[in-house]
Formats: sequence, C-alpha cells, structure tokens
Amino acid sequence: MTTLRVGTAVPEASARRKAGLPRGALHLLLIAGAIFMSYPLLWMISSSLKPESEIFSSTSLIPSQFKFSNYIDGWTALGVPFTGFYLNSLILCVAAVLGNIFSCSLAAYAFARLRFPLRGLLFALMLGTIMLPFQATIVPQYIMFKSLGWVGTFLPVVVPKFLAVDTFFVFLMVQFIRNLPSELDDSAKIDGCGPYRLYFHVILPLTVPALATTAVFTFLWTWNDFFSQLLYLGRSVQGYTVPVALSTFVDSSSQSSWGQMMAMSFLSLLPILGFFTVFQRLLMDGISTTGLK
Amino acid sequence: MTGDDVVVPAAGASSAADRPAAGPPRRRPRRTPARRTEAVAGFVFLLPWLIGFIGLTLFPMIASLYLSFTKYDLLSSPVWIGLQNYIDLFHDERYLASVRVTLFYVFVSVPLKVAFALLLATLLNRGLRGLNVYRSIYYLPSLLGASVAVAVLWRQLFSGQGLVNSVLRLLGWQSPPDWLANPHTAIYTLILLSVWEFGSPMIIFLAGLRQIPAEYYEAARVDGASWMQQFFRITFPLLTPLVFFNLVLQVIGGFQSFTQSYVISGGSGGPVDSTLLYSLYLYQQAFGLLHMGYGTAMAWVLLLAIAIFTTGFFLTSRYWVFYMDRSK
Repeated sequence: MTTLRVGTAVPEASARRKAGLPRGALHLLLIAGAIFMSYPLLWMISSSLKPESEIFSSTSLIPSQFKFSNYIDGWTALGVPFTGFYLNSLILCVAAVLGNIFSCSLAAYAFARLRFPLRGLLFALMLGTIMLPFQATIVPQYIMFKSLGWVGTFLPVVVPKFLAVDTFFVFLMVQFIRNLPSELDDSAKIDGCGPYRLYFHVILPLTVPALATTAVFTFLWTWNDFFSQLLYLGRSVQGYTVPVALSTFVDSSSQSSWGQMMAMSFLSLLPILGFFTVFQRLLMDGISTTGLK
Repeated sequence: MTGDDVVVPAAGASSAADRPAAGPPRRRPRRTPARRTEAVAGFVFLLPWLIGFIGLTLFPMIASLYLSFTKYDLLSSPVWIGLQNYIDLFHDERYLASVRVTLFYVFVSVPLKVAFALLLATLLNRGLRGLNVYRSIYYLPSLLGASVAVAVLWRQLFSGQGLVNSVLRLLGWQSPPDWLANPHTAIYTLILLSVWEFGSPMIIFLAGLRQIPAEYYEAARVDGASWMQQFFRITFPLLTPLVFFNLVLQVIGGFQSFTQSYVISGGSGGPVDSTLLYSLYLYQQAFGLLHMGYGTAMAWVLLLAIAIFTTGFFLTSRYWVFYMDRSK
C-alpha cells in the first residue's frame, strides 16, 4: 500500500479506507439503520392520511386511500380550533427568542470583555447554574408567579428569558466573544469608544452567528417545551399551546381518533422540521461546539 | 458562515466548563475614570442576568430549602415540621418506586444511548459519501424526541394493537405483550425513546473524531494494528473526554425527563407506577396535590443525588479519561 497520498483532498478519509467493513456493506448497514430510525416518523405521516380502521390493521406505509379529513377534523377536535394554540406557541417562541438574544448577549459581553469587581465569582456562579436541574427552583418559582397573578399568562415562561435564565447561551456567547480579536476593541477604544458604543457598534454585529444559534435553539426548545407550558398555561383552553393541546387531545379522546391525533402531531412537528431543513448546519455546529441538545 | 468561527474545540468542551472563571490576569485595577466607567458598564450589562440569578435561581433555591422543612399547601402559611418531609419520603412507597424507576431508566438508557452514538459516529467518520444525509437522518430524532407529538406517536406504536405488535405478529410472535399496559415492559418503551435520540451525542463524537490526527492511524497501520486495535488503542482513549462529557450531560438530562412519561402514561406514571419518573412524581405531589413542602424536599434530594453522582463521576475520571495535554 502506498502512503504517498499527499495531494488527496480528504487525507483522513483515504487513510481510513482500508479499515473495518467494506464500503458497500457499510452503506447497506447505514441505510438500513436510517430506515429503522425514521420509520416511526414515516409511520406518523402515513397514519395521518389513513382511514381509522387501517391504522391498526395494516403495516403498510402507503394508505389504501388518502384521507385528508383527519387534518380537517383534528384541527377542531378539541372544540377550539388549533389556530389559537399555534398562535400561542408562536407568540411564546418569538418572545423567548427575543428575550434570550437580548439578555444573554448583554451578560455575555460583560463577562467576556468588561472588567468589574466580582467578575470571576459571578462568572463561576453563572456556569454553576448551567447544569442546575429545573426541579431545584420550580416550586418556589411557581409560588412566586402565582402570588404575582401571572399563572395563566405567558409571563412565567417569557419573563425568565429576558433575565438570562438559559445560562447555556450566555456561556455560548462568552466563548464566541472571547474569540473575537481584541485589536478591534483596542482600536475602537483609541477612537474614543466607550463600553456601550463598543457593544452596539463592534461586538453586537460580530456576534450575529452566535445570536443565530441561540435564536434557533431557543425557538426549537420553546416550541417543544412541555413542562412549563403545562404548568403555567394548562388551566384554560384559551391559553393552551400546541404541546399542551396535543397532550389534552390524546388524554381526552377514545381510540377512534388516532388518525386525527397523528395528523395534529405531524403538523406540530412541521416547524421543527422546517427549522431543521433551513438551519441544519447551524444546528450541527451548535451541538458539536458546545454540546447543546 | 457560523460555527467555523466558534473555535471551542469539541474535545475541550468539558474542560472549558471547569476552566477557572475568566480572562485577564488578576491585577488590581487602577482607579482611573475609564476603569470606573467600565465597571459600572459591566453591572449595567449584567443587570438582567443578575436580577434573574437572584430572583429566579438564588432566592428560589433558598426558599426551596426552607420550604422543604415545612408543610405548605399554598392556601395557609408554611408550618415548620423539621425533617418530617425527608423522613416521609423514605416511607413513601410511590416515592421509592419513582426512585427505582428513574435510576433504572437513566442507567439503562444513557449508556446505551452513548454507546450507539459512539458506534454510529465511528462508522460515519470514514469519509463516506452521503455523510451529511446520514448524519441528518440519525440526528433528527434527538430534535423531535422531546416533543409531545413523538410521545403521542409512541403511544400508538406500542399499544396492544400498534405497529410494533403488528410487525411482531408478522414475524411469528403470536401474543406479544401489550407494552404500555404491562408494568414490566412499559419502562422499556421510554428507554427505547431515549436511545432513539442518540443523534446529539453522536454529533459531538463526530466533531471529536475529526480532530484525531490521521497520522496516528497511519502509524498504527504500519505497525499492523487491526481495526479493533485501532479503535481501542487510538479512537476510544482520545474520545474519553467526550464520552465523559456526554455521559454527564445525558445523566443529568435523564433525571429531568418528564414529557414522555407524562404523555405516555397519561400523567399517571402507570401502569402500577412503572413509568413514574422522578419529575413526574414531583409534579404530581407539588402541583397536583399542592404538597409544596414535600415537592421541595424531593427537589433537594434530587439535587444532592445529582451533585454526588457528578462529583463521584469526576473523581473516577482520572482513572479512565485521557487528556492529551495532561499526558505531555
């Protein structure tokens, strides 16, 4: 075997070619795995188009007849149409994104670039809260929000985002800002830029990639988040978000509306699939650099 | 575009977190006006986080510790009962069941999930054509898995007449169990759902694999090392920091699982409490029965358990986690 492969475009790849399984077998294995992995989702789509009786009687992915009525009937199955639930979810997600971008970026700039007393201690405390399980604070938070009269409104879900409670994103942005060349700051300072103008005119425009990662993950997590939405918005149908509505749907309905449930479930995943398609690269990079979900 | 600029090497992701706090060398700042402006600005920028930290983390944690020694139902004021909540916990059959269920769930699903992630990452990291397509397909479940929609889907798949049993019957198993109704099997559906989401640790492993210099493998091959030897002597040791990182992350995440057990069991944790994950029982106690004191005691036990686990795991890491820079 010749090792003179200096000019190859992908040196690592060629170096590993000889190891392990032959390529063809590997591809077959990976394709089989991929089908197995995605089968449940394909099944969800196919079930949403099937007549009710067929969902449980046939294992085929192709419905004998395409029944879009599951989508139409499912949309209003809870009495209140899903339109309102989607609006609620959307408002919540947009507010959460704005909140996280605003608060996490401010805090990150302070930690990464400014010198002030107790910075080390505060930064350590901030890091410490990243791994803090939500159970640790949830009960007193609930009591607090209840006494403020916020339960049943969006506030308990949205306000914490404006207070940088998702410290993971602070950490992400601190890392990002620290990697920006400090010459930028120095030249801005020489030009008479104070810490405020430095943030708005130099740092903020440069952190757009990190802000985008934060925005996408915040949107996805808030869209999927069930616990806090159930806790704070689960009391009246008007306040339901999509996940709360879905869980109510599945608890309240009999076995006979699986088609509709699958239809509504699939629709609720569409925004995630859309985000995934558009921001795939951003998501992958976000995970591999920081260990986000 | 993005990420390429985020130069936190993935392999350092775990060590980045425990690196001492921050930046510049500790000099006593001279009290110039510019310094003072900067310090003031620091706190101005930090204000939202600071309010959040004090109001939504620090104060609630102290309050939670206090409440855990009281009986409190939101309606009348808290009554101090000392350690009673903690004593009750260990006589509460349902609590003990939820601890057992959660430990079983976490310690079965997490190793499987991380092992799958590692396996797929090594298979994918061979310069295969179509890598991006495979990566996306394998990753997607971990983005969807936490949703209510997928939990609803799981309820259909594993019901007595669901897809899984239809397939099993086709394969010749005449009377497969009713997975969700059987207290012995229900938890496995949750474990499977968790393992299905191995995509995100896989992405982390893939990023780590890309950083292993190809020369190591070349040298090993020159010496005649087999594929297995290369994996166990090069790949795995160099990935141990990421294995460690993923295990910690997934275990802590696993203890907080809620959505799936709530939706799949209809909020009950049944059948016979066999899917009663810790978070679900805490939810039932604190927000269903309004046993706020009891709920906070549960939260503190969990917090201590996670802290002890993480510390213990960190201590073991010296014996099996291999850091390049440390060995030099």
